[in-house]
Amino acid sequence: MQGGPENATTIDERHSSRVTVEVNGASREVALDNRTTLLDALREHLDLTGAKKGCDHGQCGSCTVLLDGRRVKSCLVFAVTVDGRSVVTVEGLAGPDELSPLQAAFIAHDAFQCGYCTPGQLCSARGMLDEVSRGWPSAVTGDLNTPVELTDAEIRERMAGNLCRCAAYPHIVAAVRETAASS
Amino acid sequence: MKAFRYHRPADVAEAVAVLAAEPQAAYLGGGTNLVDLMKLGVQRPDVLVDVTRLPLDTVEELPDGGLRIGATVRNSDLAAHPAVRRDYPVLARALLAAASGQLRNMATTGGNLLQRTRCVYYQDTSKACNKREPGSGCAALHGQNRDLAVLDWSEQCVATHPSDLAVALAALDTVVEVHDADGPRDIPIAEFYRSPGTHPERETTLARGALITAVRLPPLPAARRSTYLKVRDRASFAFAAGSVAAMLDLDGDVVRDVRLAYGAVAHRPWRAYRAEEELRGRPFSPELAARAADAELAEARPLRHNGFKLPLTRAITVRALTELASS
Repeated sequence: MQGGPENATTIDERHSSRVTVEVNGASREVALDNRTTLLDALREHLDLTGAKKGCDHGQCGSCTVLLDGRRVKSCLVFAVTVDGRSVVTVEGLAGPDELSPLQAAFIAHDAFQCGYCTPGQLCSARGMLDEVSRGWPSAVTGDLNTPVELTDAEIRERMAGNLCRCAAYPHIVAAVRETAASS
Repeated sequence: MKAFRYHRPADVAEAVAVLAAEPQAAYLGGGTNLVDLMKLGVQRPDVLVDVTRLPLDTVEELPDGGLRIGATVRNSDLAAHPAVRRDYPVLARALLAAASGQLRNMATTGGNLLQRTRCVYYQDTSKACNKREPGSGCAALHGQNRDLAVLDWSEQCVATHPSDLAVALAALDTVVEVHDADGPRDIPIAEFYRSPGTHPERETTLARGALITAVRLPPLPAARRSTYLKVRDRASFAFAAGSVAAMLDLDGDVVRDVRLAYGAVAHRPWRAYRAEEELRGRPFSPELAARAADAELAEARPLRHNGFKLPLTRAITVRALTELASS
């Protein structure tokens, strides 16, 4: 088994694995030290630097990607565990020369300042809107057994796993609200 | 992080066999707690046995009206399950009050029950902690102990259990189905968690290497009137400063049955048997609920910074039960 040249002196067969994963629609194969998180695999081995490393402890949400269509924090996922699975990062939300409706709404509503949290916000919002369409309740849902109405309070609660140091929250809520209303 | 081998077992027996053969092996579920602790150097397994692809990911409605929840069912799927939302709202509410959307998509049922305390001294390898390193002492006892236990703590450990799900399961008299080297067996949740005593490093009664395969909820029609109330330092995505799982069954205004369990007060999810006893058979009133909470907390021993947990726990008991009584 081959390690990357940067860790050839430390990687060894017992503690590394060959991982095949579909990323943004393309099959990718890479040999990794088992300690490599999905976030580090994307950024340092697959040249996809959209997902960001913020806290690296699952608290800030800037590393959020979609794993088999569900939003997860890629800093707490060992890459070896996603062998055979499908990952979508911010780079895969739309084609290279186009914007997804969510991305267009983020621009229209000025939903970021520095932009560091934005890839995570976008992937999280994408996953969150799918959860709403499946009828999943949240902590602020009044009746657990009736369809969810996506109020601003619902959007805020459901996006609580994504921090924004620039505090663009009102604009993020507006962008998500508009995307949900138009889809 | 220490280097580790990775193993993906074909079935439960193989998973248990690897743990039996490897003294420093650990099961990997959603990873939301374990991966973090490995980054911090608090957990240092040699081998990770990834159980997330075992066929333990279904929720089964049982003929007796109960529910069997596979150990790898994700928290988000469980909270959204129609039978949970309809028959055990306390469970759905507890799950939804925990963590964030991303983490609930990752975290498993079994892993949630076995997550480790968020005591900051446990998570800091430069500090004394009997749970992390038996015999090293407890830096929390006279340290920053605002978030820690008020009931049932020992000189060796004042940690609290962090799970919301486990509090709801304690109220519902859940059975934990486990598989160890001797085969499958059931552990009632009341016997699953341990008090810290002189061995806080032992948090459950699980045999070493045992794997949780499912949890089983008994049929409990009265649980349709149940809820989970959690108070935290911010509106969302935080561990509990106090929490209560509550179920109330009234006959007219008389309490026919009641279940109460508290989070954030002890080393284990705290089933409030004394409070239940105070309530059962009496006409319900908010004053009765307050007296019941006081009876439960009579033996509490708050630490220097966490005396607020007593009036807080009392207040959420009253609020949760009063809301249920009027629903």
